Amino acid sequence: MTSVLSRSLNRHALAFLAALAVIAVVVPVLNLAVPETSAFHVPTYAVALIGKYLCFALLAVSIDLIWGYCGILSLGHGAFFALGGYAMGMYLMRQIGDRGVYGDPVLPDFMVFLNWGELPWYWYGFDQFWFACLMVLVVPGLLAFVFGWFAFRSRVTGVYLSIITQALTYALMLAFFRNNMGFGGNNGLTDFKDLLGFDLQSDETRAGLLIASCVALATGFLICRAIVTSRFGKVIVAIRDAESRTRFLGYRVEAYKLFVFTLSACLAGVAGALYVPQVGIINPSEFAPANSIEAVIWVAVGGRGTLVGPAIGAALVNFAKTWLTGSFPEIWLFVLGGLFVVVTLFLPKGIMGLAGTLRGALSRFRLKAGGVAVGEPSTKAAE
Amino acid sequence: MNGQAINTILYLDNVSVSFDGFKALNGLSLLIEPGEMRAIIGPNGAGKTTMMDVVTGKTRPDQGDILFDSNVDLTRLDEAAIAELGIGRKFQKPTVFDHHTVCDNIELALANDRRARTQLLGELTPEQTERVDEVLNTIRLSGHAGELAANLSHGQKQWLEIGMLLAQDPKLLLVDEPAAGMTDAETAETAKLLRQISQNHSVIVVEHDMAFVRDLDVKVTVLHEGSVLAEGSLDTVSKDERVVESYLGR
Repeated sequence: MTSVLSRSLNRHALAFLAALAVIAVVVPVLNLAVPETSAFHVPTYAVALIGKYLCFALLAVSIDLIWGYCGILSLGHGAFFALGGYAMGMYLMRQIGDRGVYGDPVLPDFMVFLNWGELPWYWYGFDQFWFACLMVLVVPGLLAFVFGWFAFRSRVTGVYLSIITQALTYALMLAFFRNNMGFGGNNGLTDFKDLLGFDLQSDETRAGLLIASCVALATGFLICRAIVTSRFGKVIVAIRDAESRTRFLGYRVEAYKLFVFTLSACLAGVAGALYVPQVGIINPSEFAPANSIEAVIWVAVGGRGTLVGPAIGAALVNFAKTWLTGSFPEIWLFVLGGLFVVVTLFLPKGIMGLAGTLRGALSRFRLKAGGVAVGEPSTKAAE
Repeated sequence: MNGQAINTILYLDNVSVSFDGFKALNGLSLLIEPGEMRAIIGPNGAGKTTMMDVVTGKTRPDQGDILFDSNVDLTRLDEAAIAELGIGRKFQKPTVFDHHTVCDNIELALANDRRARTQLLGELTPEQTERVDEVLNTIRLSGHAGELAANLSHGQKQWLEIGMLLAQDPKLLLVDEPAAGMTDAETAETAKLLRQISQNHSVIVVEHDMAFVRDLDVKVTVLHEGSVLAEGSLDTVSKDERVVESYLGR
């Protein structure tokens, strides 16, 4: 166990975990203990915002595990995120109890509105927190397992796999939009009151959710690190780089893919489950294909195959999104598209590769500048 | 089963494969004895690569028997199962894991438990580490163990891939054009390497380069239009009228 830990923790990983620990301690303290009049006070909306970024970071890490290390480009990971979110949303709906508009002790408001007489079977158990938590893992995991079982066994790879993941999330979006699916249709699930008895509107609960998000991100990150630094990790990188070679060496490629894909979906589900109580709503638009594509952009911006990078990328891109959609709403999509183009063309390793890319460019520039300015034969020889 | 299959490492009988009406293999029959090294030559489209595909499970034959080690029916197994039985394959284009070190490449190929769950927690035993060093020595890459495979030269990548086959410790090696794109010196070295390997493995080499086949100095099978045209020493087959006409040319 200690050997797994020591091999998982390199310099970047330690710095990342330390940063998460600092966020988990400093942000709640500055929000709860520092008076509002102080310049150091962190407003509550910012706590929720940071919590949201942390959930996106976990989603990005889960995508990086399969895309960055195993070469599976899922353009439908938002579906697993949303399913985890719905599982948590169902628990939160049941927690409302008779405090809804219609005051029905069992049925959520939208079911009363639709004249449903009783709770559908798939809502059973969601009044229990442990059951909801289990479903947060099981539902996305099971879907990923079944989907992956067919896709990987039939050797669907590359762009074809990306397209069917995209179709998967789109199909789920359409399904969840329907009122008679029993998940609140267009409006989704909202008007949550409390979680485990804690008022969702209170500052303390929000701080608690932020800390929980930090812990979830750190745990998810560590699991992924442990995997990619193991022998298993070497095999999935081998699959990414030369799939048929790996197969001819005797590895069952589909089993490896299925494992990381399912695990990745579970992590995305946890991210979604923590996201929902912090934003206060889950609706079918979370399944929108564009969301999944955006998440892939976070990973690319941060640097695929680094785990730390995608988490940073998710936070930075979403910070930019919050700021730009507030100040210059019309240009956000252009910025996002431009960002993807720039990163693909000039920063193949994303932010994590920035230092290396800059160093390379600088040394080339020096060499060139030296050659032009001095024009000595020795510089030419060096080239 | 068939009496002829006894005491063979690989037995192909009347194997046919067609793609959209094109007969890539047409009643191909071939016997390889244990410990034998065989060179297979033939013009483009003669079915050399398809032959390797059907043996390794990448392509299913339309008809015919393929038996490994006298009695294992290969036509029912997939690539991973066939690899586990002990058939290793080197591709025409060198395919190594570019983002792994030379050492890790060999390690991944090392014969051990390939199941996903054991890979999560497994570590290398000292014997396995020793075996990796041994293979690196054989393929003349000991000095490059820590380098990324991407940084090797073309010839070194070919050797690395052969090394991966060795680490797999298969009973039968299928080697597709190992000398393609190599310098003369590298080609000669590769022939030496293969002869060394053939001392304790059965090997099938597909090759275009006649000088290289001459260096190997083994029995040659000439394929043409999906079946065997001639078989024997290189000197014998190169005197065969039909071979000269179809392949060696005037």
